[in-house]
Amino acid sequence: MVVENLRVRRGTRMVLHDLSFEVPRGSVTGLLGPSGCGKTTLMRSVVGVQIVESGTVTVLGHPAGSAPLRDKIGYATQSPSVYADLTVNEALRYFASILRAPAGDVARVVAEVGLGTHADHVVGQLSGGQLTRASLAVALLGKPELLVLDEPTVGLDPVLREDLWALFHRLADRGVTLLVSSHVMDEAARCQRLLLMREGRILADDTPDALRTSTGADDLEQAFLSLVRRQETLA
Amino acid sequence: MNITFALATAHRILTQLRHDRRTVAMMVLVPSLLMILLRYVFNTEQAFSAAAPALLAVFPFAIMFIVTSITTLRERTTATLERLMTMPIGKFDLLAGYAIAFGVVAVLQVAVATAISLTWLGLEIDGSVLLLVLIAMLDALLGTALGLFVSAFARTEFQAVQFMPLIVMPQILLCGLFAPRESMTPVLEWLSNVMPLSYAVETLESVTRSNELDGTFARDLVIVAGSGLLALILGAATLRRRTP
Repeated sequence: MVVENLRVRRGTRMVLHDLSFEVPRGSVTGLLGPSGCGKTTLMRSVVGVQIVESGTVTVLGHPAGSAPLRDKIGYATQSPSVYADLTVNEALRYFASILRAPAGDVARVVAEVGLGTHADHVVGQLSGGQLTRASLAVALLGKPELLVLDEPTVGLDPVLREDLWALFHRLADRGVTLLVSSHVMDEAARCQRLLLMREGRILADDTPDALRTSTGADDLEQAFLSLVRRQETLA
Repeated sequence: MNITFALATAHRILTQLRHDRRTVAMMVLVPSLLMILLRYVFNTEQAFSAAAPALLAVFPFAIMFIVTSITTLRERTTATLERLMTMPIGKFDLLAGYAIAFGVVAVLQVAVATAISLTWLGLEIDGSVLLLVLIAMLDALLGTALGLFVSAFARTEFQAVQFMPLIVMPQILLCGLFAPRESMTPVLEWLSNVMPLSYAVETLESVTRSNELDGTFARDLVIVAGSGLLALILGAATLRRRTP
């Protein structure tokens, strides 16, 4: 995935200022930054639903949002996007048919997100964490080569978070590229690469270890803070 | 257009409705209840028979309009539409799915209202019952298509509900139900001429009054079906894969 000189304006506000970066295939890349910094807008640009002002986003060799990509990208929006008045199975069966996914896929993704006991529950009656997982399950349907997950672990208990991150790494080992956003720094350490964002700009694009070394900080929270300070003194 | 995607979508919408039994009951029964009410408001079978055909067009039209505009708006405002727009489904497939699902509901609605009107309420028609049901269905589909189209211009459900008096009521007032269209002032007659419901009511009246169908009937039928298709195509044009 290659992003070059991406600028996005929403209304009168410039949300993304001239972003350029690359994400290698088969890796887990974390997109971190405070809420409102443009993470969601960037992810929407990658899946091709965002009107961009200028710049290009190339995904798996195709322009973002083009027809050949539509069954190769799994996207989980920040607010869970599953029909609230269907059961988990019914909703997944619908999305599976739109993605032309094989029949057994629904059972597979339900198991992957640990919703087995709730598969026949109506989505609207699930708890917040279960709802997030149901939405994540939709993104896993079919054979996605790129997963764009907007805050997929918000509100989940630690055990479940651990399971999901293990799943993300298994997928990456199979060659799937993952772009996962979060605003909690303790998730950053689980990624192979990090994109740190602030106010529509990329502050850093590196591995967690390299970030800690270059800033001399013990944890990534501190590393982020020192990068912010460095940027402010430059400006 | 991909018929598999359209059918999958129709199936999904009908499954959603199945979980909401009260809405289904209301959609199927409310037009019939209104016909019954109307019969006793007029209090004679003759007066009822004169007005009923037009109302068999109006009630399903209005109800399908409102149900569809709300359901589609819900899809637009929750992130499910955004998610679908990243998938292989086409915009027209999605709207066709809506039209098929609500078309099925419309068939039920119209069949029940017509059956009650013909048996219990003493509606007498000279033409074909089958044609009557077919036209009323086409009319419900027209309501569905218009509802899909206007949902693009509503940001909230409050706005969507307000489109009903704005789009549906003028058509009801000008369709010839309250005053003959020929006797209206030229401006209103012209307005009436560009509103699809006027033609729907005209076809229904000609079916009930005689069993001989002329060229006007065929023309009106084409106009109603064409307006529905046009609204559906315009509705598809308002769906965007990319949004600001």
